Amino acid sequence: MTALTTNLSLSFQGFSLQISDSIKLNGITALFGPSGAGKTTLLRIIAGLEDSSIGHLALGDEVWQDNERGIFIPPYERRIGYVFQDGRLFSHLSVEKNLIFSRKRAREQSKPAHLVKMGEVIESLELQSLLPRNPDSLSGGERQRVAMGRALLNSPQVLLLDEPLSALDLRRKAEIIPYIERLAADFRIPVLYVTHNVEEVARLASTMVLLADGRIAAMGGTAEVLERVELWSLTGRLEAGAVLQAKVGMTKSGMTSLNVEGESLRIPAIDAPPETLVRLRVQAKEVALSTQRPQHLSIRNVLSTTILRIDVDETVFAEILLDVGGQHLRSRVTREAVEELELEEGQRIFALIKSVSFEGRLLS
Amino acid sequence: MASLEFGPVWLSLQLATVTVVVLLIIGTPLAWWLAFTQSRFKPCIEALVALPLILPPTVLGFYLLILLGPAGAIGRFWVQLTDTALTFSFSGLVIASVIYSFPFTVQPLQNAFESVGRGPLEAAATLGAKPLDSFFSVASPMAVRGYITAIVLGFAHTLGEFGVVLMVGGNIPGATRVVSIAIYEHVETLSYGQAHILSAGLLIFSFTVLFSVYAFNRRLPLNRV
Repeated sequence: MTALTTNLSLSFQGFSLQISDSIKLNGITALFGPSGAGKTTLLRIIAGLEDSSIGHLALGDEVWQDNERGIFIPPYERRIGYVFQDGRLFSHLSVEKNLIFSRKRAREQSKPAHLVKMGEVIESLELQSLLPRNPDSLSGGERQRVAMGRALLNSPQVLLLDEPLSALDLRRKAEIIPYIERLAADFRIPVLYVTHNVEEVARLASTMVLLADGRIAAMGGTAEVLERVELWSLTGRLEAGAVLQAKVGMTKSGMTSLNVEGESLRIPAIDAPPETLVRLRVQAKEVALSTQRPQHLSIRNVLSTTILRIDVDETVFAEILLDVGGQHLRSRVTREAVEELELEEGQRIFALIKSVSFEGRLLS
Repeated sequence: MASLEFGPVWLSLQLATVTVVVLLIIGTPLAWWLAFTQSRFKPCIEALVALPLILPPTVLGFYLLILLGPAGAIGRFWVQLTDTALTFSFSGLVIASVIYSFPFTVQPLQNAFESVGRGPLEAAATLGAKPLDSFFSVASPMAVRGYITAIVLGFAHTLGEFGVVLMVGGNIPGATRVVSIAIYEHVETLSYGQAHILSAGLLIFSFTVLFSVYAFNRRLPLNRV
């Protein structure tokens, strides 16, 4: 695992960025926050594209910027792969030549054996049929796939993705996401993924950095950060809920069994072999509570849980944080129900889950 | 008759070729700087570059004559260096033509670099391309239309200049007697036949060149010309 250590500041026309944290890079890390929070600026500073930033920046033990010592490694000497929002493919070169452009310039520090291989990238991102095409003739989704392939072929130490899906419609987004997941897993290159879309964070990232007003507001496991009530004004666009890790069991007659900390869940069949770890998202409003194990009910998924915390907000609802063998689940019920059922912290309770959405495989 | 007239034509072609080469060497870095700088001197430099567009050739020619003459700052230095005078010489004509045709090369290049923009250059840098590498493998190929326009306009404009050449170069056969000067002299001496041949030649040549550029560069507006 590599860490990005920062102590940076940048001021620009009333906007100021002040980051002094160490960001651990492993798998996909989301850099999330509302528009104007400074996500793209931070990514550009990391890439060396913002020379007006001041401070210290290092990846592992490689110092990329240190104004006190007069060090500024230019972008072309940092081993980064950068995917821009609009792809920025070279329009005077075919797709294949775009890839070769990058491959030829893969940084000298890497031994030939460690260089990312052309064939593997083409296969993983399914670029074969696009190779002779001109970038201008590609669809938005294809363009981003090529841009990711091009960045990978530079054999970077870290892949920086700047809202690569923001220019795409929903259907194309859904097409690209599996490629991003595969890329992080296949090539074992840490990814820093900028987005303002919380669904993408929940789907893709195992860890997240929450950025607000040019500062890091929170950092940690995606599930934990998205659960924190005090951050909801920032993360709020995600329908309140929780992310659960589960292990895939048998798939039979169109239903897959999942194991969550010894408890069993059944969901419509998913495409994942047994023993795979997957991520599930359960919205708070899809979780009902019962003090007794219910019977004669159409809801099949019942988990035995413990109440960790009851948050009452100004509305008629309350948010109940539940513990399932160490993992968290969230339930949204009325305040009236809390009073009538006499719910309190530490109490054993059954969570009735009406529906679960499958978020994707877990990258280990 | 035709062989007599070949001298000025050959000289004009030579002058235009040398001028364009010099213009590209000086004009490319300047156009690049103008396209990407945030310096507050940019408008000032842009105005200087554009001056030959609006100044009467006689004004330009007059100052150049003073500057390049044996008593002028550049002329004196040249005499010390080469023992020859700049005025009324081919070298002097090249200097005058470069200045006179400057905007015709720099402006299309600047436009082209501006339309390429920083985006592809940043992308190239993140892929490990050093600045010079980026310039040759990304910016220049993407700005190729700008180069074609710059070369053609610089060439054609040099071919067509008259006032500056007359003032700085005079009318020395084989050294400074270019086509436009030759035409002028033929008209003065009432040799209309000769004037017709050269004039029609220049007219057809200029039209053909411009037509080719417009046809080739349909998408690139030849603005500011």
